[in-house]
Amino acid sequence: MIPAVGDIVAERTVHLTRESLVRYAGASGDFNPIHYRDDVAQSVGLPGVLAHGMLTMGVAVSTLDGWLGSSGTVTEYGVRFTRPVPVDAEAGAQLSVVAKAAEVDADARTARIDLTVTHNGITVLVKAQVRVRFA
Amino acid sequence: MPVNPELVGRVFPPTSPYLVGREKVREFARAVFAEHPQHFEPEAARARGYADVVAPPTFAIVVQEATLAQLLSEPDSGIVLENVLHAEQRFRYSRPIVAGDELTATLTVSGMRAIGGNTMLTSDAEVHDAAGEHVVTTTSVLVVGGGDE
Repeated sequence: MIPAVGDIVAERTVHLTRESLVRYAGASGDFNPIHYRDDVAQSVGLPGVLAHGMLTMGVAVSTLDGWLGSSGTVTEYGVRFTRPVPVDAEAGAQLSVVAKAAEVDADARTARIDLTVTHNGITVLVKAQVRVRFA
Repeated sequence: MPVNPELVGRVFPPTSPYLVGREKVREFARAVFAEHPQHFEPEAARARGYADVVAPPTFAIVVQEATLAQLLSEPDSGIVLENVLHAEQRFRYSRPIVAGDELTATLTVSGMRAIGGNTMLTSDAEVHDAAGEHVVTTTSVLVVGGGDE
């Protein structure tokens, strides 16, 4: 369904754990140890293990799945990675995603959806914009 | 060693074909908390007109990864993985990736600029299917630390 500008089309909160990071490492092939070993992360000046930026980017856009899944496709998706998402061994990390329609072209059946992605109230992706085309 | 400015404009040979497997798509979709049945069930994908399960939008990073390996193994690049930070990522799709696709990526280093003691390196990977049709262009901006000046 084609939204109106300003509509929140989808939102969710995802709880990431260390298991989520190991799962993403295996699925993506990104085995950088800063995503599963605190000692390695700390040796390069990080507070501890971080989520893969590409995991955050992937979780963010999948928020659209339920809304867009059957009625359209993503034609373009870009983000800037601005802040890391530390994932505590016990507490994990909460990632909140809000997807809002920023531009809509009803004739062309396209829209730009902007994603607001936060961890502990801090924005971790900037200019997270998805271009979609409706069937 | 600083990043070699002569990298700009360099075009790499196409990567060897990557065959997109159905289970890999499912595994990736679970890993990014995707929920739509089109990522998991071939019937749901076919109902939308696709030949097999549909990969989530960021799946192209798996194909792009091979091009990063090409860049890093370039003997004169001046890039050390430990000094690399992912700053931006973009995907421009002609069509979604589906299981059964055989994809090759061709990397071009498209831009470079100095920021403080670091280098911002922009590269594009053009991903084509076995028929030679464009599927997606991935663009990465990496921040490469200056290392020893």
